[in-house]
Amino acid sequence: MNAPAMIQAVSERFPAAVKTSHMYRGDATVVLRRESLLGVARVLKEDPAFEMNFLMDLTAVDYSCFGKKSSPAFFSSSGVMVSPSPVIPDADPWPGPTGPERFVVVYHLYSLPLKHRLRLEVPVEEADAEVDSLTSIWGGANWLEREVWDMFGIRFRAHPNLIRILMYEEFAGHPLRKDYPVNKRQPLIGPVN
Amino acid sequence: MSDEAGFLTSRLEEAIGWARKYSIFQYPFVTACCGMEYMATACSHYDVDRFGAGLPRFSPRQADVLFVVGTISHKMLPVLKRIYDQMADPKWVVSFGVCTCTGGFYDNYATVMGIDTVIPVDVYIPGCPPRPEYVLDGLLKLQAKIQAQHLSGHRSAPEPRPEFRP
Repeated sequence: MNAPAMIQAVSERFPAAVKTSHMYRGDATVVLRRESLLGVARVLKEDPAFEMNFLMDLTAVDYSCFGKKSSPAFFSSSGVMVSPSPVIPDADPWPGPTGPERFVVVYHLYSLPLKHRLRLEVPVEEADAEVDSLTSIWGGANWLEREVWDMFGIRFRAHPNLIRILMYEEFAGHPLRKDYPVNKRQPLIGPVN
Repeated sequence: MSDEAGFLTSRLEEAIGWARKYSIFQYPFVTACCGMEYMATACSHYDVDRFGAGLPRFSPRQADVLFVVGTISHKMLPVLKRIYDQMADPKWVVSFGVCTCTGGFYDNYATVMGIDTVIPVDVYIPGCPPRPEYVLDGLLKLQAKIQAQHLSGHRSAPEPRPEFRP
């Protein structure tokens, strides 16, 4: 299934769950409502038309500074405006952040038997930063969700072991949030430097 | 041949220093990409065994020199300190690569800005990663330092770290 067909199939199958969708350079993205994530993900894995048996990646984006700071960089991951290269043809421009929500949890799915892929995005409010855990569907989500919790402070409901995975337990805060002070250090031993 | 027994005059301190510097048992504390250069140095092409340092010990109790090879994070630092404390005197520390010397290009929430903030360092080998020739040069400098030390293993205090002024 190619990207336009994928978007169409998912949108027709889950008309209530899909908020919006877009394609960027041939990759299909579907933005889902938070409450429907678990059901959609289960169907995407088990339905023979999709058969997304591989959760390639699970991460999050903090859009709180997006577009609010300028940068001379052509491409930057530091929350600034990104301008695509004029050299690369861009038939499907990226529409930008999907809404006012601060965070977006991103899931990259791939089907090993059918060789197609899909990106799911779930916008999450800062005040209620919680989504359903996908560990019951893909076991590999376990550590990825712990990483997102550690770095962004997004909780995963019904996760079996939601503790920090990269930082130490004594660490306060979530370092990849854009409001984490860039110079803040929390050493376990030794001076702060 | 004469029947007289041959003898050699030397000062004991020098003899012990000579023995120590050519029998370095190193503890490689390898955490990152510098480990590749460390392995290259240790293997036959550069052959660190020429300098008597060819036998890494993976127990701090049996090691003389702590090679800290690669980026040290704040999470790892207590482990490094414990390894250092477990080593028996006399002991030396080599800081291998810029990450262990100063933090290198990392300046973030996770990385220690130089291991000398916590444990004393005898030889700094900068580079990202350092070439094997550089490592061997650092090893020779360490040997010179060992040779120069007093018999008791006492050594002069490490130079205080200069204040960082942006």
